[in-house]
Amino acid sequence: MARLRSRAQLRMSALFLAATLAVPACGGGGSKEAKDAKPSNTVLQNKGSDTMVNVAQVWAEEYRKVAPNVEVEVSGGGSGVGIAALLKGAVDLANASRDIKPSEAEQASKNTGKSPVGFNVGADALAVYVHKDNPMSEITLVQLTDLYAEGGKVTRWSELGITIPGVKDDTIVRVSRQSSSGTYEFFREHALGNRDFRLGSRDLNGSKEVVELVGTTPTAIGYSGMGYATADVKMLKVAPKAGAPAVAPTIAAVHDKSYPLARSLHVYTLGQPEGAVKAYIDWILSPAGQKVVEDAGYVPVAAAGNATGALATEAPAPGAPPAPAAPQPKP
Amino acid sequence: MSSVPSPIRIARAERSRAAVLAEKALEALIRLSGVSAILFVAAIFFFVLKEAAPVLFSEGFSLGQFLFSTEWYPTSANNVRYGTFALTVGTLSVTALAMLIAVPFGLGAAIYLSEFCKPRLRETLKVVIELLSAIPSVVWGFVGLTVMSKLIVNATGAPVGVNVLNGGIILALMSVPVIVSIGEDALKAVPDSFREAGVALGATRWQLVYRVLLPAARNGLLAAVLLGVGRAVGETMAVLMATGHAVHIPGSLLDSVRTLTANIAAELGEAPSGSDHYRVLFLTGTLLFLITLVVNLTADFVVRGIRRK
Amino acid sequence: MAGRFAKTPHIARKEIAESVARSVFGLMSAAMIVPLVLIVGYLVVLAWPALSLEFLLDVPKRGMTDGGIWPAFVGTLYLVGISLLVSTPIGVLAAIYLNEYAKDNWFNRLVNLAVINLAGVPSIVHALFGLGAFVYAARFGYSILSASLTLAIMTLPVIIASTREALASVPMAFREACWNVGATRWQTVRAVVLPNSISGILTGVILQVSRAAGETAPVMFTGAVFFKAVQRGDLFPYGLGDQCMALSMHLYTLATQVPNVKEALPYATAVVLLGSVLLVNATAIVLRIWLRNRKKW
Repeated sequence: MARLRSRAQLRMSALFLAATLAVPACGGGGSKEAKDAKPSNTVLQNKGSDTMVNVAQVWAEEYRKVAPNVEVEVSGGGSGVGIAALLKGAVDLANASRDIKPSEAEQASKNTGKSPVGFNVGADALAVYVHKDNPMSEITLVQLTDLYAEGGKVTRWSELGITIPGVKDDTIVRVSRQSSSGTYEFFREHALGNRDFRLGSRDLNGSKEVVELVGTTPTAIGYSGMGYATADVKMLKVAPKAGAPAVAPTIAAVHDKSYPLARSLHVYTLGQPEGAVKAYIDWILSPAGQKVVEDAGYVPVAAAGNATGALATEAPAPGAPPAPAAPQPKP
Repeated sequence: MSSVPSPIRIARAERSRAAVLAEKALEALIRLSGVSAILFVAAIFFFVLKEAAPVLFSEGFSLGQFLFSTEWYPTSANNVRYGTFALTVGTLSVTALAMLIAVPFGLGAAIYLSEFCKPRLRETLKVVIELLSAIPSVVWGFVGLTVMSKLIVNATGAPVGVNVLNGGIILALMSVPVIVSIGEDALKAVPDSFREAGVALGATRWQLVYRVLLPAARNGLLAAVLLGVGRAVGETMAVLMATGHAVHIPGSLLDSVRTLTANIAAELGEAPSGSDHYRVLFLTGTLLFLITLVVNLTADFVVRGIRRK
Repeated sequence: MAGRFAKTPHIARKEIAESVARSVFGLMSAAMIVPLVLIVGYLVVLAWPALSLEFLLDVPKRGMTDGGIWPAFVGTLYLVGISLLVSTPIGVLAAIYLNEYAKDNWFNRLVNLAVINLAGVPSIVHALFGLGAFVYAARFGYSILSASLTLAIMTLPVIIASTREALASVPMAFREACWNVGATRWQTVRAVVLPNSISGILTGVILQVSRAAGETAPVMFTGAVFFKAVQRGDLFPYGLGDQCMALSMHLYTLATQVPNVKEALPYATAVVLLGSVLLVNATAIVLRIWLRNRKKW
């Protein structure tokens, strides 16, 4: 893509810089730059959702074995950041744990004349975690709202009728994510009905950090992707409201959409993918790529049943189903 | 240094034009590099402020709210609020605790190094201090997150080990080396004649220290403390990992807090560039820049005070 | 006899105070060694199962839960190397200006203040600057170049300070002798001052390496990535416009983002980072001591 040109530009600017700033002492700087002129390697940039960053990392790692001359750079940052970078043409692939917004799609066509194309690459259940010694086994969305949302009154486990063994002070330690991570926004939208979070929660930076803190704190509650479960924590069954049946975050429950906090995971490209990008997405949707999704603890597309492999976006996308989505088994 | 003796003029005249020009060019480059520090400081301020400034005129933003509201909801779906007061209090509380620990230890160690210690031991201790100051902040943060938080949970029974106490201890360890080395310099700067006069009057080392040296080196020691504060306020990764990252005014040492620096580090990667949220983070950066600027200038001013005398 | 030479209560008190003060201050100094030893010891013990040459040379595997740190290690080498190429010349020249050329006037006092302040700017503000200036304004994008330049500016005060110290330690008489045989200011600097302080400058460069290698925040937002697939042991995996992994950020992501990672792995990463930084610093210290002992004036 535009990568090769920008690299050449960069090298120019680097030379310029070296020339202006480093004239006298800059004797031996050339070797590294000369070396990066390896022409054969294609660099793909992949940025976005923190929920997906681990999956994306394994994709990159495994894909290197399939296509040794393709280097994939993976960074996190959040769904919004990934999409924002995509809209500027700064990355080739954006990972998002939410759908692209119409406004974003519009901006893309304005900036680049291309509309974003989304691929459904898997699904995730946002699990509510508590410590393994916590006797609670299910929770309703109403209780979650009372616990997490601004104006919510619940501050102690006893108020939920829970006694945690061996703990004197049963103040609930609310663990959350930093604002603007896709996980935070999804939880706010689907669990809290778009109400704001009550301040004072520990807003940790990584999904793993959330689960680790919950795993070491008997009075804690937190939420994170289902792929982050460890032996020290327990995933609660979630009920949409009191009286309704509570559902555990399992592959089957994501599959039949009975788990209230399930979401799809997407990879977006700008316009129909071509060349190396297309090959990469095809591979992601292939059984090998989907196995990565499953191994990471998420739900692969095939198991999500009704998946079409690729989703047209809200944008005025030209062709409806983009790119024949590789050898993808349909149920 | 200033008056140029005539032989040099003769020597210059004998050199080739090219050589003279080359030297002129080189000297120009030296001067340019010399003032580069000013350029860079100005550039830092300019670029950070440039990214921040548009938000000052944005509708959803008020400076009063930014400075004095405790409500930090940068991405709210219905009511975006950018109040950094709780973050400022977070920074202050962690810094204050760090100084409470680091100042006595730092000054104590500085006094020991400068007045009580044998030269060989002094050299060894100085090496240790230098190594201590070289530990990267992310390693400190990692230590806070893993080792220190377990220790704190076990020792205090707090539910969560990442809190003000944790961040304060980590920051104290990080700013002690600054305080010791600047403090020792300040004590060393007191003329030996002061010490000799004290000893001649039969003063012990300790009497000498607290009757003569501490008052004489007062300004330098104050500068040492100020630079320690500057270090603690500006520290990012360590507090990001060790303080627990909760936006609220802490009620006790065992509460989690979020600092101004950690807030930027946590959210910058996720704020789409050009958004109000992104700009508010840059505004926080401007604020931090100004705070550290004032602290450093004050420290320098205080030190200059002693030199005048 | 006991009576005649017995200490008066006043003197006894004085001596007690003296020994109390000595031990309290001594303990305070000792209190600084303890954390260094404990931290390093603890990290090494926990890291031990994973530490090997293979750990250094191997790439992260199985979703970064296994394998080594090569891409991060080599990424840090790139960042440090390139930032050094930029900041060493500027820093040394700036120090030459401040020590050899600058008169004591308000402007140069301002320069001094700027150096002090540059050292005091929080690393996260440097990160903001790098993002605003290099990534966006200069259009270098998220790249090794942007990250290295940010690091270069950040570490500039280190090299300025130690170079100045080295230059200042060259006796004035050396310069005067040189001027007296008709040398210009620059000729003096080149022929007399620099050769006599080159090792001191080297110390500064080394310290700068250690500072740059450990920084996280400035590279996190300007050019360091979560992961990049790199061949095992590949010395040149990155181009100047690429993004790279960095050791410091790798430690951060291992500690906060990667689930079910082998327990020793983050500790081993911390030990490699800490070990490299301390080793580099120790080199600088040894060099400095050796120089001091060798000095003839």
